[in-house]
Amino acid sequence: MGSRWTKPPRRHVSDLSADNVAIAARGVAVSFGGTSVLRDIDLDIHTGEIHGLVGENGAGKSTLGKVLGGYYTASAGQLEVFGKSIGKWDAPEALAAGIAIMHQELQLVPALSVAENVFLGIEDQTFGVLHRTEADRLGELMDATGFYLDPDAAADSLSIADRQKIEILRALARDARVIVMDEPTSSLAKDQIAQLHDTMRQLRATGRTVIYVSHFLDDILDVADRVTVLRDGNLVQTMSAENLTKGEIVSAMLGGTKTETPFPPKEIPTSPRPVLVAKDLRNSFGVNGVSLTVGEGEIVGLTGLVGAGRTEIARALVGADPSSGHVEIDGVPFVNRTPIRSTKRGLVMVPEDRRKQGLVMTLPVRSNVSLPHLRRFAPKGLMRQSEERQTTQGIIDNFEVRPASVDGDISSYSGGNQQKVLIGKWLVGDPKIVILDEPSRGVDVGARQLIHEAIAELARGGAGVLVISSEIEEVLGLAHRVCLVDRGQIRATVDAHDTTEAEILQNLFQFQSEPAEAAPA
Amino acid sequence: MNRSKFFSFCQTYAVLILIVVLMAVLTSLSDSFLTVANILNILNQNAPLAIMASAMTLVIIAGGFDLSVGATFAVGAVCSAWVALNVNPYLGLALAPLVGLLLGVLNGLVITMLNVHSFLATIATSLIFKGVAVVISDGRLIPVRMDTFTWLGRDKLGGVFLSIWIMVAFALILTFVLTRTSFGRKVLAVGGNAEAAILSGIRADRVRIATFAIAGLAAGLASAIATSRISMGQASAGSGFELQAIAAVILGGTSIYGGVGAIWRSIAGVMLLALINNGFNILNADPFYRELTTGLIILAAIGISSIGQRAR
Repeated sequence: MGSRWTKPPRRHVSDLSADNVAIAARGVAVSFGGTSVLRDIDLDIHTGEIHGLVGENGAGKSTLGKVLGGYYTASAGQLEVFGKSIGKWDAPEALAAGIAIMHQELQLVPALSVAENVFLGIEDQTFGVLHRTEADRLGELMDATGFYLDPDAAADSLSIADRQKIEILRALARDARVIVMDEPTSSLAKDQIAQLHDTMRQLRATGRTVIYVSHFLDDILDVADRVTVLRDGNLVQTMSAENLTKGEIVSAMLGGTKTETPFPPKEIPTSPRPVLVAKDLRNSFGVNGVSLTVGEGEIVGLTGLVGAGRTEIARALVGADPSSGHVEIDGVPFVNRTPIRSTKRGLVMVPEDRRKQGLVMTLPVRSNVSLPHLRRFAPKGLMRQSEERQTTQGIIDNFEVRPASVDGDISSYSGGNQQKVLIGKWLVGDPKIVILDEPSRGVDVGARQLIHEAIAELARGGAGVLVISSEIEEVLGLAHRVCLVDRGQIRATVDAHDTTEAEILQNLFQFQSEPAEAAPA
Repeated sequence: MNRSKFFSFCQTYAVLILIVVLMAVLTSLSDSFLTVANILNILNQNAPLAIMASAMTLVIIAGGFDLSVGATFAVGAVCSAWVALNVNPYLGLALAPLVGLLLGVLNGLVITMLNVHSFLATIATSLIFKGVAVVISDGRLIPVRMDTFTWLGRDKLGGVFLSIWIMVAFALILTFVLTRTSFGRKVLAVGGNAEAAILSGIRADRVRIATFAIAGLAAGLASAIATSRISMGQASAGSGFELQAIAAVILGGTSIYGGVGAIWRSIAGVMLLALINNGFNILNADPFYRELTTGLIILAAIGISSIGQRAR
């Protein structure tokens, strides 16, 4: 009964030290629906190291982590795991090869106990009847690995840090030798992060490998042995973390080449009349005292790291989430904010997630276009279908939507064309202020350029525009002024023409590593 | 027509195809099937269910389920019979739809204010409504043998039962509402993507309440017709109607996930089920096989539709 917690070894123990390369990637590339996300990645992950993967939002660090962890299959290139070449691959196969992945969203069964979660699917059983030995096996596993949890506690009664431990134990119960952790600290408090880092060191001490994907540079530097920097789908550099500074990482993050189409020219109005004024917005969704002004014909950018609260600010402005504070549109106070009232007042928001929040996929293009404007297209409750078609045709012509059919089935359109319809539908009726949340996320280059042109045109026409993007480059290219957001606050506002991407990124990381108390109230 | 178009046609019109096939079979097997009297009889008998299924279509398109329409029907039946007997027969007939409307609004309010799934909420309210019906009728049958009450279910206009005219009018009105009005558009949007609808400035809760109100109104109207025809109000009336109505809607091809559907589909679903029953009657077939056959035909309809979907 010596080690009931592991399945019979599939490999020789000598494998562990035979070769010190755990995973070798050669020319690995990934593309989704024709969009290239990762290109030509060459990388060796050593056994017994903590390897950090860093990069800007959308640089491909998470994707690379998921390829190494067997969650995605590479569309090109070679992957070798412990000296064995891997072809098509998925999570169960990766697990069999000794690699486990811990997702950002933990994959636990909330109502089951710790022990039941750890041994889910590999329970001792006879013809499907469980032997109920999970608690004992977990005891042995915990003694062997040094991670302790109450075996009978329900998973959903534990803290996130402890739940992560369940995932790690689950990987160890399956004899995993490499554990990929995707943004594990994003919902952890400081002391829990320290705890997780201890866990990683413990794993390393037993000869296991940790691949640590994160956008928190401080966390990576705290624990990693080596750091790989990605930018725009390319591997920039792999560095030893010893004596590495944050500044060096940031400059590596910006150092690679990035292909970008030119942005439309800016027409910056001099001292414009303010059309949107917000003062001290606060709510429980993560807005902690935001004041901002958008002028007529002005484009203001909001940028920040993931989870900074950019979207939450937009939702508070239009009243999609309740908030306290003061908002004025055209000098008139905007109270009791709701999306309906906000649309009526000429303040509209193009949401970031077109599938979830933007479009109704079961309705044709024209019905999506008219949805926010039903009063206009059906003043007495009856749909004026010819008007609806005409307006939709206008958007199709303007934005070059393909296929160019007013009755088209939007669910079958490409992401770029869906996004064009989404933006077009909100511009019907010439709104005064337009908030665009990630307007070019997941669209092709052509659509991106068209959308940028449309945003510039909107400002030229006198509307106030608020552009939210996690791509600093996009915000700098479009906006006249840029607000830097951290933890639900605007920490700085800079002029777009005398700021570089590097400066903004430096600032954002700087804000992030400051303790919350130091932030201005 | 190429292959994939053919499959997609099958998927869209599965229920109509089965109706045509079934009618052809029944016509060839019996002379008494394709007669004006028999067809009118089928339509007349199923008019109340068809009215309820039409309204249920709106509820399901908006993303809900109403399991209380059978109980609403019972309340409508005993109310109209009691009032007809004790106050005025015309008032009794008029009261049933109004009571139904009221109960439907109550359903909508419970669902949106407690923010519970309509499935759960209407299971609870259906028991309450049923209990109310028992209390009102004191657990007894309420016979109403007067012409001033039974005309609605028994009289004809232009050779066709009034109930059929009402069913056709109700279905046409709901079709118009769904396809031509902004309310209909809101129903489709709320069921298709509630979050996008809310961000587009639609009061999703009000739309949902309205669909349940319409379902209640339809159940009340159906109960007036049925009670008038059998000249009897009883608390056990309408039991099982909620499941038959939902089955007909889904058999017709309206998506249980919401966002897509049409009224004619549900009428067709009701008629398909009705034809199976009628076939057993006129062929004098062994009634022991009725449920078995009904199940197999429903399975066939679902099969045709899912083959079409996969071929897409």
